Amino acid sequence: MSTSAESAVAPPVLREALPQTGGVPGRRVADRLWSALLIAFGGAILVVAGVIVFSLGHVASPLLRATHLIDFLLGTVWDPERERFGALTYLYGTVVTSLLALVIAAPVSIGLALFVTEMSPPSLRSIVSFPLELLAGIPSVVYGLWGLFVLVPLLRETVEPFLARTLGFLPLFKGPPIGLGFLAAGMILAVMILPTMTSISIEVLKTVPGAQREAALALGATPWEATRLAVLPYARAGILGAIILGLGRALGETMAVTMVIGNTPRISASLFAPGYSLPSVIANEFAEASGAMHTGALAALGLLLFVVTLTFNSIARLLVRVVTRGPERSAA
Amino acid sequence: MSLARRRFTSRAMTALCGLALLLALLPLVSLLMLVISRGAAGLSFDFLTQLPRPVGESGGGVGNAIVGSLSIVALASLIGIPVGVGAGVYLAENGDGRAGKLIRFTAEVLSGVPSIVVGIVAYGLFVVPMHHFSALAGAVALSVLMIPTLARGTEELVRLVPRTLREASLALGIPEWKTALRVVVRTALPGIVTTALLAIARALGETAPLLFTALNNQYWSHRPDEPTASLTVQIFNDAVSPYDELHARAWSAALVLLMLVGLLSIGARLFARLRARGQR
Repeated sequence: MSTSAESAVAPPVLREALPQTGGVPGRRVADRLWSALLIAFGGAILVVAGVIVFSLGHVASPLLRATHLIDFLLGTVWDPERERFGALTYLYGTVVTSLLALVIAAPVSIGLALFVTEMSPPSLRSIVSFPLELLAGIPSVVYGLWGLFVLVPLLRETVEPFLARTLGFLPLFKGPPIGLGFLAAGMILAVMILPTMTSISIEVLKTVPGAQREAALALGATPWEATRLAVLPYARAGILGAIILGLGRALGETMAVTMVIGNTPRISASLFAPGYSLPSVIANEFAEASGAMHTGALAALGLLLFVVTLTFNSIARLLVRVVTRGPERSAA
Repeated sequence: MSLARRRFTSRAMTALCGLALLLALLPLVSLLMLVISRGAAGLSFDFLTQLPRPVGESGGGVGNAIVGSLSIVALASLIGIPVGVGAGVYLAENGDGRAGKLIRFTAEVLSGVPSIVVGIVAYGLFVVPMHHFSALAGAVALSVLMIPTLARGTEELVRLVPRTLREASLALGIPEWKTALRVVVRTALPGIVTTALLAIARALGETAPLLFTALNNQYWSHRPDEPTASLTVQIFNDAVSPYDELHARAWSAALVLLMLVGLLSIGARLFARLRARGQR
């Protein structure tokens, strides 16, 4: 991959030779057309990005013109009848559920990635990728279905009463166990972001040079010490990137969350309480919005979601790239 | 710390990491088992071919949703695959300049845009000017989701083609465009087909971008500018309804959806494997 710059174009010697050997005039035109076509396709990516921003801004413009940005971001009232729109309740739900998902999924996926790359026999490695791909391939509405009819009853009848009994003194675990709510949404998100986080962590861990590990083992470290002292520090930035990428996915996930979060616009400290998230309110209200202002407000929520995920994804991609591309380039 | 204790810690951590594997498998197994056991009960020929019936009437199916899903995704592929693959070839061929780097980064970032946001975009582009919901709007939303993944996947595959192959072709006096198309892309084609099939499978499972673009339809749709039913939206509507009959329909529809998605992914993988073997 490091020699891509050279492989993309013919070597200079060939370049100079070509027009003389094949002096067909049509050929140069065809080559020009071909590269113009390619540039058009490449440019399409930029066009798509531009259109996304433009169209979002356009649909959101009635609200953006009528409301102060601060009022919109910090408002907690959402009343389409009186055309008062505040995003904070939904932003809160999105942040709480995504962070919860991260807290649950990050340790599991790092553990799993370490198990696959560092601790298991090579034959197991290819087997593990299969269930991960399956998990990643299940449509989110099916996760929602499972969450609604399996996870929510389980939380309501077993997990939430248990948490209330043992950790009930914390405000996080107070209130009646309903099942539907932040906890259910966070858990289903955790399951959904697990494959992404794990497979990127595995990619990152694979780039750690074997000598790094072997040196630690040769110095008498136990396998875990080698992992902790020699492997993890090397992969830290990349794993952080994998986690942030998972967070980015969790923030924008719509269907499964909509089906289990309870769809109640309220800010509550308790994880048992029902809430609402940015994508969920868009999913529930957009098709039946009561006018340009309501539609605009929902699109503005979309714009907010877009900006937040864009920020996190850019950071994550840069982190992952530093780790997975860096050593490769310098080695070659 | 004594050696025995350090060894114990090491084993304990290995066990803990192994536990993570079990934790990850638990929801997968539970989900698959339930979808199969609850979904199989309602499956029949009628279920796959009939229109949905209202609550209280027995029989009926999700035929229109299956056809709707397939046609929306087909339309999305028609737009998304050429553009995505073309952009990928561009990135592989001349993606090392500043423009290329910018486009690659944009594609990476775009692949993280929430699908519901893309739904709003398609709504603004198609539903607002046309004044009604349509399969076309849904298809455009799905194609926007397909393009960045396809571009990145294609790029990686095209870059794997050995440089010597290209040079051999150029040395024979074959023009650059023909070399790129008939030698380089042709060599990477099996991989590109696999990537495209996986992208189609992903698009088939999308719900959020269809909610307010293709919307839904209780009847058969005949034209791409009509509201169109889809399996995923049907599952969502049925699942959040208060009726047990509709819940049962949601499970069966979920089984149909999983089978379609699974078939596509297995097909993609088999294709990749067969081609790889054929080339040896």
